[in-house]
Amino acid sequence: MSAFDAQTRTLISRAQLNRPLARRIYWVLLVATIAVFTLVFLFPLYWVFSSGLKSASEVLQSPPTLIPHSVSPHNYATAWSDFNLGRYILNTTYYAVGALLLQLVFDVAAAYALSKLRPVLGNVVLALMLATLMIPATVLVIPNYLTAINVPVLHLNLVNSPMAIWLPAVANGFNIFLLKRFFDSIPEELLAAAAIDGAGPLRALWSIVLPMSRPILGVVSIFGTVAVWKDVLWPLLVLTDPTKMTVNTGLLNLTGDGIPENILMASLAIASVPTIVFFLVFQRSIMSGLTTGSLKG
Amino acid sequence: MATINVSRARARGLPKATDGPPDRGRRGPTLGRRVRRNLTGYVFLAGAIICFALWSWYPMIHEILLSFQHLNLVGQSEGWGGWRNYEHMLNDPNFWTSVRVTLVFTGLALIFGYAVPFVLAVGLNEFRHAAWYFRLLVYLPVMLPPVAAAYLWKWFYTPDDSGLFNAVLHDLHLPTSAWLQSSNNTFVILCMVIFSTWSNMGSGVLIYLAALQGIPGELYEAAELDGAGILKRVWHVTIPQTRLILSLMLLLQIVATMQTFTESLVLTGGANGTGTLVYLVYQDATNFNNFGGSAAIGTVLLLVLGLFSGAYLWLNRRGED
Repeated sequence: MSAFDAQTRTLISRAQLNRPLARRIYWVLLVATIAVFTLVFLFPLYWVFSSGLKSASEVLQSPPTLIPHSVSPHNYATAWSDFNLGRYILNTTYYAVGALLLQLVFDVAAAYALSKLRPVLGNVVLALMLATLMIPATVLVIPNYLTAINVPVLHLNLVNSPMAIWLPAVANGFNIFLLKRFFDSIPEELLAAAAIDGAGPLRALWSIVLPMSRPILGVVSIFGTVAVWKDVLWPLLVLTDPTKMTVNTGLLNLTGDGIPENILMASLAIASVPTIVFFLVFQRSIMSGLTTGSLKG
Repeated sequence: MATINVSRARARGLPKATDGPPDRGRRGPTLGRRVRRNLTGYVFLAGAIICFALWSWYPMIHEILLSFQHLNLVGQSEGWGGWRNYEHMLNDPNFWTSVRVTLVFTGLALIFGYAVPFVLAVGLNEFRHAAWYFRLLVYLPVMLPPVAAAYLWKWFYTPDDSGLFNAVLHDLHLPTSAWLQSSNNTFVILCMVIFSTWSNMGSGVLIYLAALQGIPGELYEAAELDGAGILKRVWHVTIPQTRLILSLMLLLQIVATMQTFTESLVLTGGANGTGTLVYLVYQDATNFNNFGGSAAIGTVLLLVLGLFSGAYLWLNRRGED
């Protein structure tokens, strides 16, 4: 009974739930929902991991077996060594970390300038940056690809260079929006006091603004990292060298080789491990970031 | 820029200049300080401005320009072509197939991807137990690499009896299906939408749950006193109270589904008229080196999605005030 009490009122009232019949229905529904959720969201993961353990013939057997009869863990070893899964994971991590660092340096500096230093025409720059929120990067892949193969002015070719992932990541209007809004809430007096003590803008950013901005930096970091792990179209265009591919494009590449189904499943399982671990470690920040990030974004 | 700043400072008279952050000193910032402040400001902005210019501002204009140009096989301009790329696009049956696929996908995703997370969130919000379990599980697919998730589902959808879905149907003595290889195009798109909903609805559910928790309990109390049943309470309290989030998510969903790409690429390879517009953009550019054609489709998408995203931002802004 006490389980129903300490909650705020929702659609169905406590009194209603405490009736014997209602309580029975509640428990039945709860158990049923837990079962359905496990089946829909957890079972597919079990399926991919267990199929990766099956032998080549068992994995194609009809009907499929629920529990592998013959357990061959060396499928995972094969996927890892012969199909370069380790390299793809390492590459993606490298791209994600680099993209994150560049975003933190350039977007934080820009948002700080727009919020606190407010140079002439700063609001025009801000408006132009926020206007990019209206155009999803996907629709710009063609001109962006042409930029990557021949960067204007510099005439560099960024294909197969990590810069092709890192630099576009900085052009993220959403980061600027979130960071600037957060910096705006830091009182001007704090910075004025620091200025009187002789702290320059960089020093003020480093010792006053950044320590206060941990929550928002967390949100920006998580979304920045996840975006690189989830991107498909852009890395497909700019990372064509098999040794430079990300997890997503690497998987696409390896299915072209006629890979056996059990090795494919083992590869999918390995490829999913880093993000699942990341999610389990950062689940609280991810979930709270999701609501701060998108409710008002 | 510095010159504008100087003349403005002069016109106002230095002592009273109040532009910029309030300086608590006796007099306004001196000319030198203001120039320095602006310089520092732009030094801080430089990295982001360069990246935005290269990867956002220039490409927007570039895409529109490209769509009016003759482009060679490596995307270099060979002069203006007027509306040629657009004429080709409109006469290309593949374009109209992709438009249909994208619209059917978006439509079906509105029924499934949009309604399901809300209904689910309203239901989940009533449970007093296992809340963390539901949240964790529903968001798990969002975190998977999209290509890995899509391959897994493609395998579930295997048309013979070794496929998981068909094996289950077979065990239940129900007719099996060809799933992604079905001759019914709309059904194939539906299969893609179901996968897409599975993998993306976690964010929607979590956002709705947060919104539902913000509804004051008294409203339900009052509605109940007025004799409103559960459905009436949903209709008269829950939906009006979450209307802003619902409209924002609607626009977000439309913008997201109109960019569908991975589903076409992995699940069907765009075969039998199942390629979306973004998939056609990709194909035109990579298989046929038809950059002008890609840019024309890209420009159309840019305008349509720009409109929806603009509506989203406007609504969001209004909601914040």
